[in-house]
Amino acid sequence: MTQSSARDAEMPLQHFESVVIRFAGDSGDGMQITGNQFTHTSAVIGNDLATFPDYPAEIRAPAGTRPGVSGFQVRFSSSDIHTPGDQPDVLVAMNPAALVVNIRDLKPGGIVVVNTGQFADSDLKKASLTSNPLADGTLSGFRVIEIDINKRVTEALKGTTLSSKEVQRCKNFYTLGLMYWLYHRPLETTIKWLEEKFAKRPELAEANKLAMQAGYNAGDIHELFQGRYEVLPCTSMPPGTYRNIMGNDALAMGLVAGAHLAGLQPFLGSYPITPASGILEALASYKNFGVITFQAEDEIAAICSALGAAYAGCLGFTTTSGPGIALKTEAMGLAVSVELPLVIVNVQRGGPSTGLPTKTEQADLLQAIFGRNGEAPIPVIAASTPADAFETAVEACRIAVQYMTPVILLSDGYIANGAEPWMLPRIEDLKPFPVKFVEPNPEGGFLPYARDAKLARPWAKPGTPGLEHRVGGLEKAHLTGNISYDPDNHEFMVRMRQNKVMGIRDSIPTPNVFGDSTGDVLVVGWGSTHGAITSAIEELRKKGRKVGSLHLRHVWPLPKDLDKIMACFRSVLVPEMNLGQMARVLRSEYPQQNIISYPKVQGQPFRTNELVKKIESLLEK
Amino acid sequence: MAEAHALTKKDFKSDQDVRWCPGCGDYAILNCVQGIMAAIGVPKHQICFVSGIGCSSRFPYYMNTFGFHSIHGRAPAFATGIKTANPALSVWMVTGDGDGLSIGGNHMAHILRRNVDVKILLFNNEIYGLTKGQYSPTSPQGLKTKTSPMGSVDRPMDPVSFALGCGATFVARTIDTHQKHMEQVLLAAANHKGAAFVEIYQNCVIFNDGAFDAFTEKSVRDDKTIDLRPGQPMVFGKNHDMGIKIDGWEPVICPAAEAQTWRSDTHSPGPAFVMSQMDSNPQLPRPIGIFRDVQGPVFDTQIHEQIQRARAAKGPGSLEKLIYSGETWTVK
Ligand SMILES: Cc1ncc(C[n+]2csc(CCOP(=O)(O)OP(=O)(O)O)c2C)c(N)n1
Ligand code: SF4
Ligand SMILES: [Mg+2]
Repeated sequence: MTQSSARDAEMPLQHFESVVIRFAGDSGDGMQITGNQFTHTSAVIGNDLATFPDYPAEIRAPAGTRPGVSGFQVRFSSSDIHTPGDQPDVLVAMNPAALVVNIRDLKPGGIVVVNTGQFADSDLKKASLTSNPLADGTLSGFRVIEIDINKRVTEALKGTTLSSKEVQRCKNFYTLGLMYWLYHRPLETTIKWLEEKFAKRPELAEANKLAMQAGYNAGDIHELFQGRYEVLPCTSMPPGTYRNIMGNDALAMGLVAGAHLAGLQPFLGSYPITPASGILEALASYKNFGVITFQAEDEIAAICSALGAAYAGCLGFTTTSGPGIALKTEAMGLAVSVELPLVIVNVQRGGPSTGLPTKTEQADLLQAIFGRNGEAPIPVIAASTPADAFETAVEACRIAVQYMTPVILLSDGYIANGAEPWMLPRIEDLKPFPVKFVEPNPEGGFLPYARDAKLARPWAKPGTPGLEHRVGGLEKAHLTGNISYDPDNHEFMVRMRQNKVMGIRDSIPTPNVFGDSTGDVLVVGWGSTHGAITSAIEELRKKGRKVGSLHLRHVWPLPKDLDKIMACFRSVLVPEMNLGQMARVLRSEYPQQNIISYPKVQGQPFRTNELVKKIESLLEK
Repeated sequence: MAEAHALTKKDFKSDQDVRWCPGCGDYAILNCVQGIMAAIGVPKHQICFVSGIGCSSRFPYYMNTFGFHSIHGRAPAFATGIKTANPALSVWMVTGDGDGLSIGGNHMAHILRRNVDVKILLFNNEIYGLTKGQYSPTSPQGLKTKTSPMGSVDRPMDPVSFALGCGATFVARTIDTHQKHMEQVLLAAANHKGAAFVEIYQNCVIFNDGAFDAFTEKSVRDDKTIDLRPGQPMVFGKNHDMGIKIDGWEPVICPAAEAQTWRSDTHSPGPAFVMSQMDSNPQLPRPIGIFRDVQGPVFDTQIHEQIQRARAAKGPGSLEKLIYSGETWTVK
């Protein structure tokens, strides 16, 4: 809903290029489901979209309180978009707490749909409100649609066998129906989902369908809105087959695909932790793909089992978030020492310590690159969007097996739970990188620490005659792998491992610059800042600014020629959700460049307009 | 192929120099294990030894098999990964009282309760050997070491009781200097399907010399130990004249004729637990032998059965199936 079109909103069936809706309610109100359903339907009718679920760390904070508010923002568009939007056009607030927590984000003149059935004095008190925001001017400047959803749902479900508590649980589907009406969306996708979800309790499927239908009809009957809106399918999306995908799911599929392309059985050792658990859950459902999942007793056992499985010839994976990474550190060092392939996934969240478990951050970068005892180089790569997590996971597998090394794959909470349309790769475009294990009884014996051109050592599978050998964390002699305390050998091996990892540079492309390739400001990003950076650059270039951006998938080692690209701009801006960790790396690698850090550490992703402002301030200098 | 001839003890000796202190109990265990390997008839390329960190954990380097010397305490997790990745391997784990019960106690509990098909040898010398003689979780109270100059105040734990408490399906104990007994126990462990836990009393000549002499010295051994042999009466003594029976809730010494028949396969591990607690009563002989030997579902087998079942139900996975699933749409 652009500024110019807001004025036309009085008319029936208006077309908008892009709309942002935020569903907000109590954590028990089912806002995540509502948001996901709206997203799914929008995906299926062909919109481009991006989502941002934002929920509390507590499963059920006290009902009706501000800490208990759960939100789901979805942006759907008829043109290419990269972010879930800075400000919602529509806010759906199921209770007073949801209203006050979210209203400050709503676009001026935006629509706010309020469930007045939840605005008794006691509800206001739970939200720590001394006056009613419906009456005290809080909502002036917005278009307020008041509906008693509690009552409407009760009416709609009269005559069903549901208890009144169960009836109230259908409120979110009433809301969903209303939004489907307002934005002219079909109900079929959700009906199908309800029937599958409640296959064993058809009365619940039926009730939710009734509630949704009632919400949909309310749009027509009650003349709540002056018109309906439409966001046409996105025609600028490249031709192909698409599906809507969440980051954790894409990452899990990428790991399975990576193992498949390597010709290996995948083994995941993991321990549940927010926001990474979804990957373990997804992989546990892929047993028919041969995936072994092991829910270990802790993160240490998780990585150790995966490394053991790698020794035995599987492709080892371990998935976790910050606190779990801290526990895995010692075993990562061992993985470096024994030189076995292993993919270590860190879905970053707010830190330090338990920090902000459900919020996003990028503050584990330096830990990933440097955070081990001894000289223990590990390549680090980062996913930039939910769909990109697939390709990045495949790339992590490739590096791991081709270089016989652990690889750290960084994602974050924003990617993990966000969703976007994924243009599915053609199977023939996924290039296999098959692993060759050492053959039985090699002539002249077996040298476990001999090297190939990439400096990778051979992978010998236990069970193969003639290859009996021992590995471990003690320093090894070059070639034989026998324990060695020789000073020169130690330095030789330290440098060997370092050179091997830095040599990965030779197999990675220099990323393309988006936007202008010479100009005033180059924005260098990594990870989930991709969407906001891309949108900001698009916006500034529309205004005629000479700006470009470079997004790093390979964050360690860095690709070649970055200095040449940076040299084409007056300054380099590095926005990241930490206190400037990538900026620090770039400064030490490229001391001659003018690198400006733009940190944000609020557990929230960058907004496009924040970046636009920051870049403009540099342009003015 | 190299494995065509029957393997001998020599085939299992690796080319690495053994670096334990002269007189260390570990040598006797190594010797016995190498002999067992020849006896069980598994080709050496199908065998993998996994260890943590400690003197005992150097073990894999001396075996001419596959081997993984991992990190302190975590051997159970490595062994679980290896065995689950390839259930055809015969996986053996070597650990110490510190490695297996202090830093790695958590993992030990879980490999036992899951019943992963791994043979676990815990070398108990009641001391931290590799770090030069600090007290361990099995050191007796009052033991004076560098970190307990006035005697350790820690209450020790009993490894056999611990393993039983974790639901281990095979639990046994033997002694480094008792080669024949060790051989029998290790063979029984090797033949057990599931996790097999064997505590081996091992003398550390440097930091805890003689810790077990009171009952392992040849001159007193027969009178001071009782060998638990499933299905056999619990008789002990040089002259086979003493026995053990459980009187009410407590084991007591009785004439050999009244000795109870030992059962290692009772529904409850209770009797085995009672026997394992005899350690704390110096009047009673120290029980060795097989405390528990029952069958249970095996972790690694079940994991692969589930994969087979999923494949049968959903068909084997492919890249196509993986990616082109769920609700898709096409942009032309
Ligand atoms: C993480 C870690 N902490 C501490 C150590 C030091 N350390 C090595 S072995 C050991 C104790 C070994 O005792 P035990 O397991 O009884 O083996 P033993 O040497 O007696 O055979 C310790 C504390 C280590 N290697 N790693
Ligand atoms: S310190 Fe003790 S346990 Fe270690 S090798 Fe020497 S005698 Fe054996
Ligand atoms: Mg010890």
